[in-house]
This record gives sequence, C-alpha cells and structure tokens, in this order.
Amino acid sequence: MIEIEGITKRYDATAVVDDVSMVIEPRTIAVIVGTSGSGKTTLLRMINRLVEPTAGVIKLDGADNRSLPGYELRRSIGYAIQGHGLFPHRTVAQNIATVPVLLGWDKARIKARVDELMTLYQLDPEAFGPRYPHELSGGQQQRVGVARALAAEPNVLLMDEPFGALDPIIRTKAQEDLLTIQKRFGTTIILVTHDMEEAVHMGDKIAVMDAGKLVQYAKPAEILAKPASAFVETLVGASERPFRLLSLGRVRDAVEKGTAEGEAIPGDASQRDALAELLWSGRPALPVRDADGKPLGRVTLDGLVKRSARPA
Amino acid sequence: MRGAPERLTGEGVPIRFDKLGVVIAVIAAYAAFAAPFATFRANRIVPGQARSMLEALPAATGPLLLAIVVVAALVALFKTPLLLRLAASAAALAALALLIGVAGTFLTPTGNTFARISPASGFWILIFAFTLLLADVLTRLELSPWARVGVLVVASAAVALLLISGSWNDLSILKEYANRADSFWAEGSKHVTLALGSLLAAVIIGLPLGILCHRVERLRASVLNVLNIIQTIPSIALFGLLIAPLGWVATHVPAAAALGIRGIGTAPAFVALFLYSLLPVVANTVVGLAGVPRAANDAARGMGMTDRQRLFGVEFPLAFPVILTGIRIVLVQNIGLATIAALIGGGGFGVFVFQGVGQTAMDLVLLGAVPTVALAFAAAIILDAVIEMTATRRREASPA
Amino acid sequence: MKAWLPALLRLALVVLLVAFLTNPGWFEPLLKPLTENNAPVIYNQGSLLTLTLLHLRIVLIATMAATIVAVALAILVTRPAGAEFLPLSRSLVNIGQTFPPVAVLALAVPAVGFGEKPTLIALFLYGLLPIFENALTGLTTLPANVMEAARGAGMTGWQRLVKVELPLSAPIILGGIRLSVVIGLATATIGSTVAAKTLGEVIIAGLLSNNLAFILQGGLIVAALAVLIYDGLSAVERYTARRMGRETA
Repeated sequence: MIEIEGITKRYDATAVVDDVSMVIEPRTIAVIVGTSGSGKTTLLRMINRLVEPTAGVIKLDGADNRSLPGYELRRSIGYAIQGHGLFPHRTVAQNIATVPVLLGWDKARIKARVDELMTLYQLDPEAFGPRYPHELSGGQQQRVGVARALAAEPNVLLMDEPFGALDPIIRTKAQEDLLTIQKRFGTTIILVTHDMEEAVHMGDKIAVMDAGKLVQYAKPAEILAKPASAFVETLVGASERPFRLLSLGRVRDAVEKGTAEGEAIPGDASQRDALAELLWSGRPALPVRDADGKPLGRVTLDGLVKRSARPA
Repeated sequence: MRGAPERLTGEGVPIRFDKLGVVIAVIAAYAAFAAPFATFRANRIVPGQARSMLEALPAATGPLLLAIVVVAALVALFKTPLLLRLAASAAALAALALLIGVAGTFLTPTGNTFARISPASGFWILIFAFTLLLADVLTRLELSPWARVGVLVVASAAVALLLISGSWNDLSILKEYANRADSFWAEGSKHVTLALGSLLAAVIIGLPLGILCHRVERLRASVLNVLNIIQTIPSIALFGLLIAPLGWVATHVPAAAALGIRGIGTAPAFVALFLYSLLPVVANTVVGLAGVPRAANDAARGMGMTDRQRLFGVEFPLAFPVILTGIRIVLVQNIGLATIAALIGGGGFGVFVFQGVGQTAMDLVLLGAVPTVALAFAAAIILDAVIEMTATRRREASPA
Repeated sequence: MKAWLPALLRLALVVLLVAFLTNPGWFEPLLKPLTENNAPVIYNQGSLLTLTLLHLRIVLIATMAATIVAVALAILVTRPAGAEFLPLSRSLVNIGQTFPPVAVLALAVPAVGFGEKPTLIALFLYGLLPIFENALTGLTTLPANVMEAARGAGMTGWQRLVKVELPLSAPIILGGIRLSVVIGLATATIGSTVAAKTLGEVIIAGLLSNNLAFILQGGLIVAALAVLIYDGLSAVERYTARRMGRETA
C-alpha cells in the first residue's frame, strides 16, 4: 500500500505539486493523468525520491520512504520511463540484471531471473541476451525496459509514460503484456500518462491532476460518469465518453436472452468492440459465445445504447 | 506540515564562501606574500635576484598594492554581487599593470642601461588569479557579442595607453623591444601577412572545393581524408617536406623564382599554412551545407530557383555561421603556427621566440610570444562575436 | 575506392617505416641526390631508432599525465560540488586554445631549464585542453533518459559515474586523446629547439647545415608516425563508439 499524505513540491515560489493526498491499494494499478506541466511526473518521482518533496510524507507499506537512503529505496522500487533509457553500452541481459547486480544477488539467481523475465516477454534469452539495445526494435527495447524495472521483484513499479514512444499497434500489445504480468506478480503499479484512453484501459483507479492539484481520484467508471470538474470533463472528451464507458465493460455482462444471426462475438470482448461490430455489420443483435464456443445469448444495439448513457 | 518556516542560520546574513573565490584567494595570498614580485638582473643573461612586493615598490605604493590585492581577494572569497567582483578584479589588474612599471623604474639604478627588471612569478600568478576572477565574472554576466568586443577594445586601449605613456619602458621586455623596434614591426607584419594571406587563399580555394564536395558525394570522403592526413603531419615536418619540392621549382622555373618562391623562407611556410587551413574550411563548408534544412531546399526548388540561385539565395546564407566557425579555427591556428615559420626563415614573431631560446634570453621569448597570444586571443573573441551575431540573426529570421 | 586499399597502404607504410628506422643505410641511394659536397646522407649524430623511441616516450608520458588530470578535472566540474566551476572551465578552455604550442614550450624554459622537461610540460599543458574539452562534452551530453534510468535503478553517484557516465563518454574522450597525441607529436618535434632529444633534431640539423636529406628523412618519419598513430586511434575510437551504441559522425 502506498500512502501519499499532503505532498507538496515547490520550485522557488511555484508549487509544481500542491498538497496531494491519495492512497494506492496493493496489487492495483493507479494511473495518474494530466496535461504536460500538471505535476504528474514530479508526483511520481517523489515516490522513489528522484525528487525530494518540500512538504508531506509518502509511506510504502506503512514505512516513511525517507527511512532509507535514496539509492537503496530506488533499488526496491521498479522504474520504467518513456524511451526506455536502456544502457547502450550493456547487453540486454546486463541491462535487465542492473538492479540485482546492485543488490549483490549471486550469479545463478541473476541468470535465472533474467531468463525468466526474457521468456515472459517473448525474447529468447539465448538469442537476445547478448545483443545490444540498438540492435533491437522499438517494441523490443520497451519490453526490455519494463523487464529491467521488474528484475529485482519489486512490490511497486513506477512507470512514466512507458508506452509514449511506441506506435499504436505495438502500444496495445505492450499494454496487454503489462496487464498480464501485473496479474501474475501482483505488482502495485503507478503509471503516468497523458492519454485518457490508456488510463481508462489500464487503471483500477485514475488520478486526474491539473496545475499541481489532484482534481479527482476515482474508479474509471466514476471519472467518466461524474467528472469532478470542467477540466476532467474536457480531458475525458465529451464525444468519446459513451464509448470509453462501454470499453470498461465485457460483453458477457451485457448479454440478453435470445439468439441472433451471423458470426458470434466472444464474451470477453469489450462492449465497445461489440457496438462497433453491430454498427459496422448493420445488424440489430450479435450472438455471444464463451471461450469454449458455448452460446451465452445475444447482445443488442438497443441494450448497448442504454448502457452507454450517463449513469444515474 | 506545509510551509515550514525558513530556518535561520545564526543572527543576520549567513556568510557564504565562493568556491572559485577560495581558490583565487589561496593563489593570491601565496603570490602576494611568498613569491617574488620582480626580478633584478645586472644584465640581460645573468641569473636574477628576487624582489618581494614591498622591496620592489617605492615607500607607500608597496603597501597600497598589497592592500588592493587583499581587498580584491576578499571580494572574491565570499559570495558577492557580480558587479563588485568585476570592479575588484579590474582594479587589481589595473593596479598590478601600473605598478609593475613603477617597480621597473624604482629598481633600475639611475643611468644603468644594462640592468634588467622583469616581472617575477608572484606578479604573473597574481595576474593569473585576477584574470581568472575576471573571466568568471564575464562568463557569468553572459555578455552580448557587442559587449564582449567592447571589453576587448577597452582592455586593448588600456594596454596601448600604458605602452605609449612609457610607464613600462624600464621593464626588460620593452628594453628588448627598444633594441629591435624596426624588426619587431617588420616581423609582426610578416606574421599577420602569413596568417591572413594563407587564410584568404584557403577560403578562395576551400569554399568552391567544399561546395563541390557537397554536390559530388564520391569526392567528399577522399578529399576530406587527404586533408585530414595533411592536418596530422606536424608543422616542422610539413615545412621541411615542402622545402625540397619548392626548391626544385625555384631552380627549374625562373618565373617562380622571380616571384620570390624558394625552398627556404616565406614560400614553404605560406604553402604549409595554406594546406593546414584547407581542412577546417572545406569540412565546415560541407557540414554547413549538409545542415541546410531539407524543407528550405525543397521549397526553393519548388519555387523554381535554379541550382545557382539556390546556392547563393538559400544554402550559402544558411550555412554561413558554420563556415565562419571553420574560418575562426583556421585563423587562431594560423596565428599560432606562423611562429614556427621562423625555423625555416619565414619570419614572423617566431624569430624572437627562437632567438630568445637560443640566447636563453626569456625577455626576447616573451617579446615574440606575448603579441602572438594577444593576436590569437583577439581574433578568437572577435570571430566568436561575429559568429554569434550571424547565428542569432538567422535564428530570429526563421522561427524554429 | 576498394575497401582493402587503405589497409594495404597502411601496412606498406608500417613496413617502410620499420625498415627505414632499423636499416637506414638501405635508403642511402634514394636520398643521395639531395645532398651536396659529400655531406652525410643519413643522420649521423644519433640513431634514428633511438630518437624515434625517445620522441614517442615523451608523447606517451605527457599524454598519459594529461589524460588523468583532464578527465579528473572534467569529472570534478560535472559533479554537483564542482558545478560552480563549469562555466569558467569552458571559458578557460577557449582561452587556452589561443596559446600556440611554441609559446607554451618557450615559456616553460625559464621555469625548468632546457632539455626534456620544458617539452614535457608544454606537451602536458597543451594536451590537457582537447582531452578536457572532449571529456566535458562527453559527460554533459549523456542521453537524459539513460541517466534518469541509472538514478531510478538506485545507482549511487559513484556507481553512475563508473558504470554509466565514463563508459558512455569513452569514445568522445578517446577522440580528445587522439587530438592530444597528434598535437603532442608536433610539439615534441619543436621540442628539439629547447634541446629535447626528439626527431625534430634531425630536421633542425638539416635546416642548420642546409642538408635536404636530413630534413626529408626527419619530416617523413614524423609524418608517418603521426598519420599511423592518428589512424590507429581513430580505429579504436570507432570500435568503442560502436560498442557503446554511440554512432560517431
């Protein structure tokens, strides 16, 4: 659990982060969204003390994060940044092993961990381990960057626009990979982004920041349904709102009784995808099947339209 | 707890040391109290005797200079306003410059023309320390190009005034000058002619060569490689290597000999300096032209400019600051290298340096070295200012 | 140009240089036409090989000292504690470069007398500048996100310097060392005017006795050494740059 209590960072007279308090539950993903200059990156960097706060306290599992020297604290927290920041003079394997080496793990344990992470990220340890970062594609570099952040099995992972430099297709894949790995390791993740789409997709909770202040901190559905201010509303995007709301729900939760003609949609797909398919194929309803192909019922255009309306 | 109250260190204003100031104060203290201020020699080649600051200056002026140095060092030591530091360093340098002349007159026995008084290590170290302070202030003030040239002009005028007023006339370096005033100016003009003339020739040949290299990619690598190899060859070696071919030309082509081309003398020095100058000019022309934004070139082509119009209307103006940087490198380098021309009879300030080395007369070495350094320094400041001016004008013109 | 041609030319140059230094007599007929009045053809006041080795030794010692001091200084002014000196050190480098090597050489003589010492001092001082300047460039132009990652991974200041900053700056620092060595080879040649035992002696002797053969052999040996060393160091630099993932222009 991460408790941020009244944290403030001032440079000269201007408060970049102004009296922010929030609690991040263990094994969840909190996404901090905001425009550039909103203080979201500074807030993130105060958690692993790359920036020292002017006032306030941050506690990790109850312990003040100032109870250790900064560098020791940072070894216990994963950190992944935009453009990956891989060390160009070290091989992929050496890059991933950075923090375990700093912590003095023995060789066998480091090798095992590096191999595990590379396999997890679909990079063959034999083929990719000895390569240098500039020999990899952008998507591979990004994966190595996240693998390096996870190497020392941190409980907390901080990510600063980790997918910012990726093209849309690779970005979607990277987001899915991260969700899978978060479930597997149960890591608490705090992710900074300026992309509301990404925030709604990834976050268990979303924190919206504007001019150094925390404007709203709530579940995605609530942010979409009840934006706390005009600023949040703009950020959500009035024209995108219904679709984002639908993207939060699974088709299986919108299933009605009955049957429909044509190709079926899996129950795990998002309701947004179902709506898109309905509109595109011009059908009033789609059959829904679960992963084994068993029919679950149907999803209708009318039903989805009702679901996309502003909740009461 | 927000807005924690400012913690006060003791009462009143906290005293803070300036890190560079500590270094300067230590150097200045050593130079003022432990090192000799001037050297007295009975004639120009015997070893000298050291004189401390108080011994070298008449009654009141010794303590006065000491006081000025101590105050200026204290100003440097603590964190003080920039303008105060500027005033302190300028005052200390001016006092040192004036009083070393006074020391010269004071220490020279009346009527003795053999005695030589020269500034000693203490003086030079003090000059170094306060120049360091001045340089730091000027760097931190981030002066505009015009202001930097202004400072150079003021400093040169001050030195010229001291020279003309004759207050340094009793110093050994000026006694050496008095003995060879005519040859000093003759060698000086040779030095400048060599440095500037070879630069001019390099620009006349190098610019078109650079443009050609930019247009013809196949040529680029080989031309730059050859010029690179020439730059690598040490100057004496290159001077030496040119003696043979130029000597051959002089004996076999009468017209060349009539033009003054010979194996030894100005010709090989000129050719060597010219060859050294080519690389920076050609390379910077190529880099400058390559740096012209593609969009600008495409736009020019799209508007129907011919290659020639594009070169003079778009590419050349945009590449100009980079080409100018090459010219700056060449000029500063040539002013320094021209000293070596003296070894092969090419003249220049190097004549005094090598004569001085040969006679172990350091004042003579200084007579050659000081104007060389001054020229190179002035050239660097002026050209840096010009480069900055052309570069900013272009940046303002094209919003980027 | 074929790829193997430069390598072949370099190899030929090495072979020629070694042959000339070990058996200068073989080349006597070639240089003979350049002398007059039965003057000696091959330098006879010392072995060319010894002079070459002494020449290289001076450059080596001075460059090593300059490298240690210059890199240490560059590290100092790029740490938070020395940051105050950074702007000044840049100005000093700029000013320092306007001092011609000959002047530095000549001005060192009153302080330490004639011989190898003033040459060593001049080489050392003049060698500092390019190495310092390049080390400064290398240490101040490190990719920001790599440095951020190093800090974020929990490296201490020392670990960042040794494991990230210095390795990444190595190619640029090597470039400075290469410039410094080339300038050093040239300055060491002039060093013979203050009685240092270097190859300059051969050229100066030739100039004094009007012996073209001396001038030519001295000049050629120095030039060949400079070109070969420059070339070799460039190759090392390119290799390190590739290794560090920093492409040089």
